[in-house]
Amino acid sequence: MNKTVLILKHEFLQTLKRKSFIIMTLAFPVLGLLGIGVFQIIQGVETPPAEAVSIGYVDEVGIFDGYREQYQVELTPFATAEEATDALLDDEVSEYFVIPPDYVTSGTIYRFTLERELKPPDKTITAIRDFLQSNLLEGQTTEEITNRVKFPLALYNTVLDESGQPTDEEGGPGTLILPYLFSILLLMAIFTSSGFVLQGLGEEKENRIMEILLSSVSARQLITGKVLGLGAAGLMQMVFWLLSARLLIELLPTGISEAIGTIEISPSFVILSLVYFLLGYLLFGVLMAGMGAIGATARESQQLSMVIILPAALPFYAIYFIIENPQHIISQILTLFPFSAPITVIMRMGISEIPAWQLALSMALLVAAIVGSLWLVAKVFRTFLLMYGKTPKLGEIIRLVRQA
Amino acid sequence: MKDLDFTPAVEVKSVVKIYGKRRVVNDVSFTVAQGEIFGLIGPNGAGKTTTIRMMMDIIKPDSGEINILGEHLNEAAKNGIGYLPEERGLYKKITVLHSLVYLASLKGIPAHRAQSRAEELLKRIDMLPHKNKKIEELSRGMGQLIQFLVTIIHDPRLVILDEPFAGLDPVNTELLKEIILELRSQGKAIILSTHRMNEVEVLCDRVLMIDVGRSVLYGKLTEIKTKYRNNSVFVEFDGELGELAGVVDIKDYGQYTELFLDGEATPQQVLKQLVSRGGSLNRFEVSTPSLNEIFIQVAAKKQ
Repeated sequence: MNKTVLILKHEFLQTLKRKSFIIMTLAFPVLGLLGIGVFQIIQGVETPPAEAVSIGYVDEVGIFDGYREQYQVELTPFATAEEATDALLDDEVSEYFVIPPDYVTSGTIYRFTLERELKPPDKTITAIRDFLQSNLLEGQTTEEITNRVKFPLALYNTVLDESGQPTDEEGGPGTLILPYLFSILLLMAIFTSSGFVLQGLGEEKENRIMEILLSSVSARQLITGKVLGLGAAGLMQMVFWLLSARLLIELLPTGISEAIGTIEISPSFVILSLVYFLLGYLLFGVLMAGMGAIGATARESQQLSMVIILPAALPFYAIYFIIENPQHIISQILTLFPFSAPITVIMRMGISEIPAWQLALSMALLVAAIVGSLWLVAKVFRTFLLMYGKTPKLGEIIRLVRQA
Repeated sequence: MKDLDFTPAVEVKSVVKIYGKRRVVNDVSFTVAQGEIFGLIGPNGAGKTTTIRMMMDIIKPDSGEINILGEHLNEAAKNGIGYLPEERGLYKKITVLHSLVYLASLKGIPAHRAQSRAEELLKRIDMLPHKNKKIEELSRGMGQLIQFLVTIIHDPRLVILDEPFAGLDPVNTELLKEIILELRSQGKAIILSTHRMNEVEVLCDRVLMIDVGRSVLYGKLTEIKTKYRNNSVFVEFDGELGELAGVVDIKDYGQYTELFLDGEATPQQVLKQLVSRGGSLNRFEVSTPSLNEIFIQVAAKKQ
């Protein structure tokens, strides 16, 4: 059998046996399930059949005496603030408010409560508002107008495509949540797999097995086999995540799915995710192999690898900008720049169409970057791998790269 | 030699390797024939490992030429070599058998054959019961032996051992020497690189001694020893030694006596005279210096 394939197989199988790999792979679906479970528990706890609350009020204007039955709230008038306070202390009302004589011009309402709270509960505010509104409009206009003032708009959205036809997309947080989630997953998948390349090489260096390997295979065979074997494991992880994401969406309680709108994993999204995972992984895998060769220990290589992890995380710093301006020149540059391309593309895809030429160019640039780094890393690989015990200085690295 | 293949196992011609401004290997040449044990000896930092790494194509020489089994080293030829590096180890989390089979497969041995060969070799060193242990569970010495088995599992024609005895106890050292001699009798070429020169004396047919990157001695071990002998003989003789022709000085150590010869006389002439004296001769030994002593002489001469 071809030696590259042998290394590939060995690395793939060894990775599947790694505890950290198994934990990482299962963590996403398990956490998702947990999240759904916790959400449902909280929902169950938070919605006991709500009892009607009693709120007191002191009307110093003299026009607020109707509409005292609001949704789940009953309003009780008091003649003076002292009486209302006594009722509050006796637990007859849960709170009370005072409508001062100049209310109609100033709009001021004084609210008194025994609770320390972050902000007044929405239910209370709505009840008080409706109560005031209804009493103010009483006799001024028709009931229809009164209702419209209370609910001025019922919104229906339609997204049109370029030809003016309605599309299936509904927009809303659902379209954003998936790209956001998947860009994180993609980043994680890329860096766990390429992290294994780094760690594996570091271990081989520390175990002193490198020279034995190099006496059997060439440096290029070793890098290629390793990167591809670990990439295959990473790809499996990604596919597993995609499949479990589909399942999790099925399981989503109606509460959540209504809140975020329809979530759809389209085939083109899946395909592009996998393509960008592969390309992104190959680029970082090869570069991590280089870092693994340069660092004296696995730990040191890990520190060195920050240099290439930072540009990959770049799109996350700009995530709000990209979401709000998906077609802006900066978003386009991040799409084309090989280090940030995978994450940016996944983010932009959920928000708007990415022109085909940008996708094609970004893939081409990624492939070029992969070939370039493979060439560079294979060149210096052997020299650094056999430097035991010390990490070369930057100047030394540059000199060796030039010499090679 | 089993077959009539006289292609040298290794041919190194005027090889130079420069690191920075230092010539780590400076114009070194030698050949190793098939079926011989060749000693590559010299103190630490002499350039032995660098020379071997160039032979293995792990680093490139700056100039000079290297042929392995008659050709420039290529990926296919790597399968014919067994290399035990000085810096060596194994995957810690993998079992003994798996390590042997995987590393043999990288030398082009199919898995099923590697498996039976691995068991055969483990049996030879009495480690078959350990075959399913992880490498990290083995003692250091056992790990060393497994590394040695990795080196020879694919039945290579050329075996290169860099400091093979480092970290081995006397029993395992003897075991390893035994196996090395077995390999020679199978017609394999063996290169032993070490700074412990006395350890390999009994094994080597020919040696190359290098110091500070330069070749300082090269040839048959017996010839080198003859050339650097002290020109004296050790004698245990019951009776009066008296005057002996060609002997310029006598040193009495009590049990035995050392006779120093002049430049002309040979040990044979002295022996003849002693035998003709009558008396009983219990010991007659031409004093030969150890490789260590020869190295010190050569290194001192150069300075």
